[in-house]
Amino acid sequence: MSAVLQSLVNQPYKHGFVTDIESDIAPKGLNEDIIRLISAKKNEPEWLLSFRLQAYQKWLTMTEPEWQNVHYPKIDFQAISYYSAPKPKKKLASMDEVDPELLRTFEKLGVPMHERAALAGVAVDVIFDSVSVATTYKQKLAEVGIIFCSISEAVHTHPELVQKYLGTVVPVGDNYFAALNSAVFTDGSFCFIPKGVKCPMDLSTYFRINTEGSGQFERTLIIAEEGASVSYLEGCTAPRFDTNQLHAAVVELIALDNADIKYSTVQNWYAGDEKGIGGIYNFVTKRGLAKGANSRISWTQVETGSAITWKYPSCILRGDNSVGEFYSVAVTNNYQQADTGTKMIHIGKNTRSTIVSKGITAGHSNSSYRGLVRIAPTAENARNYSQCDSMLIGDQCGAHTFPYIQVHNNSATVEHEASTSKIGEDQLFYFSQRGIGAEEAVSMIINGFCKDVFQQLPMEFAVEATKLLSFKLEGSVG
Amino acid sequence: MIIENSPTILSVQGLRASINGTEILKGIDLTVRSGEIHAIMGLNGSGKSTFAKVLAGHSAYEVTGGIIQFEGKNLLELPPEERARAGLFLAFQYPIEIPGVANTQFLRLAYNTVQAQRGKEELDPLEFDDFVREKMKLLEMKPDFLDRSVNEGFSGGEKKRNEILQMALLEPKLSILDETDSGLDIDALKIVASGVNRLTNKDNATILVTHYQRLLDYIVPDFVHIMQAGRIVMTGGKELALELETRGYDWISANKQQAMAGVRA
Repeated sequence: MSAVLQSLVNQPYKHGFVTDIESDIAPKGLNEDIIRLISAKKNEPEWLLSFRLQAYQKWLTMTEPEWQNVHYPKIDFQAISYYSAPKPKKKLASMDEVDPELLRTFEKLGVPMHERAALAGVAVDVIFDSVSVATTYKQKLAEVGIIFCSISEAVHTHPELVQKYLGTVVPVGDNYFAALNSAVFTDGSFCFIPKGVKCPMDLSTYFRINTEGSGQFERTLIIAEEGASVSYLEGCTAPRFDTNQLHAAVVELIALDNADIKYSTVQNWYAGDEKGIGGIYNFVTKRGLAKGANSRISWTQVETGSAITWKYPSCILRGDNSVGEFYSVAVTNNYQQADTGTKMIHIGKNTRSTIVSKGITAGHSNSSYRGLVRIAPTAENARNYSQCDSMLIGDQCGAHTFPYIQVHNNSATVEHEASTSKIGEDQLFYFSQRGIGAEEAVSMIINGFCKDVFQQLPMEFAVEATKLLSFKLEGSVG
Repeated sequence: MIIENSPTILSVQGLRASINGTEILKGIDLTVRSGEIHAIMGLNGSGKSTFAKVLAGHSAYEVTGGIIQFEGKNLLELPPEERARAGLFLAFQYPIEIPGVANTQFLRLAYNTVQAQRGKEELDPLEFDDFVREKMKLLEMKPDFLDRSVNEGFSGGEKKRNEILQMALLEPKLSILDETDSGLDIDALKIVASGVNRLTNKDNATILVTHYQRLLDYIVPDFVHIMQAGRIVMTGGKELALELETRGYDWISANKQQAMAGVRA
């Protein structure tokens, strides 16, 4: 059967080009001097340097986690360059001054920037390797009091906000990769929506790793004050290299009373070739704190790339009546591995969470859903609904589900549903008997399977995700 | 209806097919002309459903001998989707469920694919909606059918009606109905049969694959073929089905030769 299925999934990675831009790269390796170098390069205040050094000290005492259902050779953390930035020719005041080579890169990527950004109504912050290149729409947002800039810039322009919130949701010693990120992060996005403001447009960051042998450690911090709301989009790509690259990001979201943060990701890091050579290790910590009453944090992710994905976008539902959501599509093919899911920590009263996870596994890949639902003793009348569906394409792949449910308050309602299905010969035969070819059939089956998640994505992202999935799975069906 | 000198739609000669090395079809001959309704009857395991799937091009079966001509084309050279586009339709015994895909979306894609092949106009969602609702009346289907996922959570009867609806939309040259009567109560059977009867005409042909005579009370065949162990062992008119009903399949083996004498060449 697998001939058509195979050829459907195995399309070349189209973002695998390298942009020829002079980069400022730190020597490989990690020690206090490198951290001081990064901090000095970025002209950081003393408190941030000590935040980094504290994280580094924590990291030294920690060991790389091994409990996840993925396999890879030990990472040599001394062989990574922890700082790589495009060398700026001069200070950038507007988009016109951005290196044209860089702009061409983003054009190739199809990033909606510049005029296209205006049409799409998207404000874009672009992180190239680890440095924020340009933030569009800053002014328009500033008029309503929204701060949207690179985190390095925010460190200088709004140090009090960064210092107040950085590391409060994901503490420096939270886990091995979060500690590493806290020590060496070079840039990322910062977003602050003041009290009562509904962000008038979707905010967007585009991440790209360009330099071979460099790691990307970006740090995102989003704060929505009382009654504020924002929808934030994140896209990621990387060129194709035979070596593995480490991407260890940290994202922290904070929602105060009645605030609403929606965070959507389409992740298409280079996944390695069809033999499993190369690709990104995507070891990411994402966590939102629904701190205030009636606040809401919603994660939507479409994970199609990376050699290995290890991430659990989570919600801490501290405020009473707060809501946490996690909608995920994870697609793996060839030798990709994914161990992803979420944590919903219910602390406040009447807190509600929804988990919808769709795993699509093809080729020799391996995909696990891992999710924790914890109902604390204080969480009266908490409710959770979880649904985890897996779809297998071919017979060489594996799908696993690891649900953890801890209920410490007996007024809680927790539901968990799971299913596994297979795109099989009979399904494709049914389509073909109606005149529909295998490619279209697979795309229809997959989109139907993922519908509950795609519905959560902003319009243009949903279109992109749909295309990406068909592209990704081309050649895997037969 | 049997029409003098009507063109041949399907011609099968010496068809052999196996699955995983086991031969199921052991030399089938069958000619179907336009306007005709053929019933293929047989016990479970006689190969009648396999025959239907091989005609439609299911990849699990390997054709090891014989020829199939469909409107003059060599059917065996065509992949299943091209057979469908050429006008061969199979109503499935077990229609597949496709979660998350709205029935209307699936129906429209199938319809437009076949229309495009015929050089005819494709319909946008609104036009298609009007068109499909008309067709649904034929099968007494509720409008909410369109918004539900393809076959998901459908009752047995609803699934079969959905198959016939697709037949109505695609207007095939040859329809093969594989055990369409199984799992239907008598009311549903009548609705499905009347739908099929309204779709048959002098320009198309129908093959009914069935275990029981019951369906043939409502869709009256011109020919009845009995299959046993991968071969058509007896062919007759509609009365053969009734005879089979009273005498049982054991009777066939004993009377093969006699019955074969009356078969049209």
